[in-house]
Amino acid sequence: MKYLDEYRDSGIAHALAARIRARVTRPWTLMEICGGQTHTIMRYGLPELLPEEIELVHGPGCPVCVAPLELVDRAIEIAARPGAIFISYGDMLRVPGSRSDLFHVKAAGGDVRIAYSPMEAVKIAAENPDRQVVFFGIGFETTAPANAMAVWQAKQQGLTNFSMLVSHVLVPPAMRLILRSPVNRVQGFIAPGHVCAVVGFRGYETLAAEFRVPMVVGGFEPVDLLEAIAMLVDQLEDGRAELENQYSRSVTRAGNGPAQQLMQEVFEVTDRQWRGIGPIPDSGYSLREEYAAFDAERVFGTSEIRVQEPPECIAALVMQGLKKPVDCPGFGTRCVPERPMGAPMVSSEGACAAYYTYRRHTRAEVAR
Amino acid sequence: MCLAVPGKILEATDNGISRMAKVEFGGVTRQVSLDFVPGTQPGDFVLVHVGFAISVIEEEEARRTYDALLEFQREMPRTPK
Repeated sequence: MKYLDEYRDSGIAHALAARIRARVTRPWTLMEICGGQTHTIMRYGLPELLPEEIELVHGPGCPVCVAPLELVDRAIEIAARPGAIFISYGDMLRVPGSRSDLFHVKAAGGDVRIAYSPMEAVKIAAENPDRQVVFFGIGFETTAPANAMAVWQAKQQGLTNFSMLVSHVLVPPAMRLILRSPVNRVQGFIAPGHVCAVVGFRGYETLAAEFRVPMVVGGFEPVDLLEAIAMLVDQLEDGRAELENQYSRSVTRAGNGPAQQLMQEVFEVTDRQWRGIGPIPDSGYSLREEYAAFDAERVFGTSEIRVQEPPECIAALVMQGLKKPVDCPGFGTRCVPERPMGAPMVSSEGACAAYYTYRRHTRAEVAR
Repeated sequence: MCLAVPGKILEATDNGISRMAKVEFGGVTRQVSLDFVPGTQPGDFVLVHVGFAISVIEEEEARRTYDALLEFQREMPRTPK
C-alpha cells in the first residue's frame, strides 16, 4: 500500500540504524509518547537494530490505559442498565474495572456493541428512538474531532437519546508531568504524529524550548521511527533542543483547522484523572455547557465511585518511562491479555501488550 | 486508538450534512467523512482515523522526503550488524 510499504523498507531501516550507530557517543534515553508507535517498535524489533546506547522507554499515549478506573466502573454501570445500548471502541471491552469489565456485561445479556466510528453510534440512536444510546468517547487529540462531530451531529439531528461518556485526554500536560518529575530519565521525545496531524506542533515547540528537550514529530512505520530516532540523536549529540518534523507528509505546524474549530465548539479543557498516574490539571476535554444534554454523566447522574487499583500493577511507572513491562513481577504470569491486572496489557496500544505479543518477556530478550 | 491509515479517495458525495467519500485502503474500500479536509478530490490520499479523514497526505512533500531517504541509503555504506 502506498505510504505504508515504502516506510517498511528494510534497506532504508538498516541504513538509518547504521547512521545512528555512527553518530552516537554516549547513552541516551528516548520516549515515544504514542502507544501505536510502541507497537511498531516492538513488532519490527527496532531495539535490536539500535546501538545499546539508545534506550527506548514508552509513554502514556494509550487512551484505554489512562481512562480512570472509576470511569470504567461508571461505563459498566450504565451498560448494565435495562434498555441502554452501550457502544465502545473494541479495546475498551476487556479493560478491567474494579470488579468486572464491559465484556462480562455483554456476556450477561447487556447490549454492549463495538463500533469503528462514533458516527455509527449516532446512527444507532436515530434508529432506536426508544432506547438510550451511550458512546464511550475516549481518546487523545487525534480522536477528539470525530467524537466532537458525533455530538455536534446528534444535536443537529435533534436526538434526545444519544449521549457520550467522555474521557478525553491531552498529550502535552502528561509530557509536562514527566518532564517535571525529579526522577525523569527522558532526554528526547518522539512527538505523536497523528495527534499533531490534528493540533499541529506549536505546543510541542513551546515544550521543547521550555524544558530544553529535543522533540521530533514522528510517523508510525519503522522507517519513520528510525528516522525520528536518528534526528533526536543528532540533536542530542549536537546539544540542540528543537522541535523537528519527521512526519512532514501528514503533519503541518498549524494542524487541521476545521477539526480544531469543531473541537473548540463542542469541548472545553478540564482537569482529568489519569489511571494510575492521578489528577493532571487542564489535561483533558469535557463537553461544553451547550452540549450538556449529550453528557452521559449528566444524563445518568454521577455517583461517587471510590476504587483501588490492584497494588501489584506498575502501569503508572511504565507509562512515565520509569519501568519496563518486564520489570513487573506479574508480567506474563498473573497478568496476561486474557486476564489483565492493568489496562496496558489489554489495549492494542498498551506497552505491556506490545511486549507480550512480540515475545519480549524478559529483560534479556529486551536487551537482545 | 490513534491508529490512522492512508487511503485514496475514489469518489466523494455531499449528502447535505456531510461530505462523504469512498476511500480505498489496499483493495478494501470504506465510507469516510471528508468534513475535516475540505477541498480534497478523488485521487488525493488522506489519513483516516475512526471514519474521518484527519489530514491530507502531501504528495510532493512525501516524494521529496522519501527521495532524500533513498539518496541517503545509497550514500550510506551498509555496515554489518
